[in-house]
Amino acid sequence: MTDTRAVALIAVSAAVTALLRFLPFLLLGGKRKTPAYITYLGKVLPYAIMGMLVVYCLRGVEPLVWPHGLPELLAVAAVAGLHLWRRNTLLSIAGGTVCYMVLIQFIFK
Amino acid sequence: MNRNLIRQVIIKTIPVMTGYVVLGFGFGILSENAGYGVGWALAMSVFIYAGSMQYLMVSLLTSGASVISTALATLMVNARHLFYGVSMIDRYKGAGARKPYLIFALTDETYSLVCHGDTPDGVDPHLFYFLVSFFNQIYWIVGSVLGAVVGSAVTFNSAGIDFAMTALFVTVFVEQWLTTKNHIPAVAGVCITVVCLVIFGGDLFLIPSMILILAGLSLGRPVLDREEKTEAGEPPAGGAGELPDRGEKASAGELPNPARRSMDSAPQAPEAVPVARKGGDRHD
Repeated sequence: MTDTRAVALIAVSAAVTALLRFLPFLLLGGKRKTPAYITYLGKVLPYAIMGMLVVYCLRGVEPLVWPHGLPELLAVAAVAGLHLWRRNTLLSIAGGTVCYMVLIQFIFK
Repeated sequence: MNRNLIRQVIIKTIPVMTGYVVLGFGFGILSENAGYGVGWALAMSVFIYAGSMQYLMVSLLTSGASVISTALATLMVNARHLFYGVSMIDRYKGAGARKPYLIFALTDETYSLVCHGDTPDGVDPHLFYFLVSFFNQIYWIVGSVLGAVVGSAVTFNSAGIDFAMTALFVTVFVEQWLTTKNHIPAVAGVCITVVCLVIFGGDLFLIPSMILILAGLSLGRPVLDREEKTEAGEPPAGGAGELPDRGEKASAGELPNPARRSMDSAPQAPEAVPVARKGGDRHD
C-alpha cells in the first residue's frame, strides 16, 4: 500500500470516529435546555454501557472449548471480590490482572 | 493549574495509565511489525485515538482495504461512542473552548472515568475532565510510540496483561452497582449484550446490543425514571432539565422484553460462538 493510500485510510477512520463522537452533541447539544428524555438517558445509560463494555471485553471467551472461560471468570470474580472488599480501584485492577496472567501463563496453559 | 490538581488527575487516571501504556505498547509493536513504524503509530494515536479501531486499522492497512470498507469498519467498531455523547451532553455543557477536545477524546476509558462526575472540591469540573482526557491520550500516545520503538526487544512474558482494561470496566461496574439502588439498567446492559453476542457473534453484536439497550431503557422509562428520582444519595446531576413524570403504569417486567423477544424470534446465527480470541484482548 502506498503512503498516500495509507494516509487516506487513516484520515477516513479518524474522521468517522470523530463524527461518531461529535454527532450526539451536534444533534442534541445545541438546545439551551436538554430534553428530559436525554437527561434521563444520561442517568441510566452509564450503568447499561458499563455492563455492555464488560461483555464486549470478554467477547472472545469460548465457553464450549477448554478452558471454558474459566480464567476470565475467575479473574473477573477476583476483581469484583477485591473491589467489594477494599473498594480500592488500583488494588482491584492490579490484583485481577496479575491473577489473570498467572492463570493463563501457568495454570490454564 | 497547580501541582495539587495535577496530582489528583494522575491519581484518578492511574488505572487508565496502566491499561493504555500496555495496550498502546501492543498496538505500537503490531504497527511496527506490519511495516508502519513510529511515525504512523504516532499519527494514528493522535488522530484516530480509538484503541480497538487502531488494532483493526493495522490489518486494514496491510490487507489493502478500500476507503469505503475502512469507513464502514470504523462505523461498526466505534458506533458505541454515540452512547457516550448522549450521556455526556449535560455534563459537558458550558465547557467552552475545551469542549471540542473533551468530545474528541471521549474513549471507553475516559468515559468510564468522567461518567461518574466526581471532581475534587473547588476545581472547575470541565478543567478536571479536560486534564483527565488529555492525560489519558498522552498515556496512549506514549504507549504506542514506545511499542513501535522498543517493542521487539521485550522478552518479558506479558500475555494477559491486557486484562487490565477488562478489570477497569469490571471495577467501574461494581463501583456503580454500589452507588445506586436501581440495578435494572446495569443488569439489562449485561443481559442484552450477552444475548446479542450469542445470537450475532463476536463481530456483529455491538450495534444490535446498543439498539436493544436504548429500546429497553426507553420503554422502561416510566418506571426507571421514577426510581432514579426517589433514590437517596443520588446527586441531582441533571435536575434542572427534568420534567414531571408522565404515566407510571408500566410494570418493571417490561424492560427486558425486547431482549427476550429477539431471542425467541431471531434466527439462530450459524456460529453462535464468537471467533477464537483470547479473552479481554483489545479495547479502546
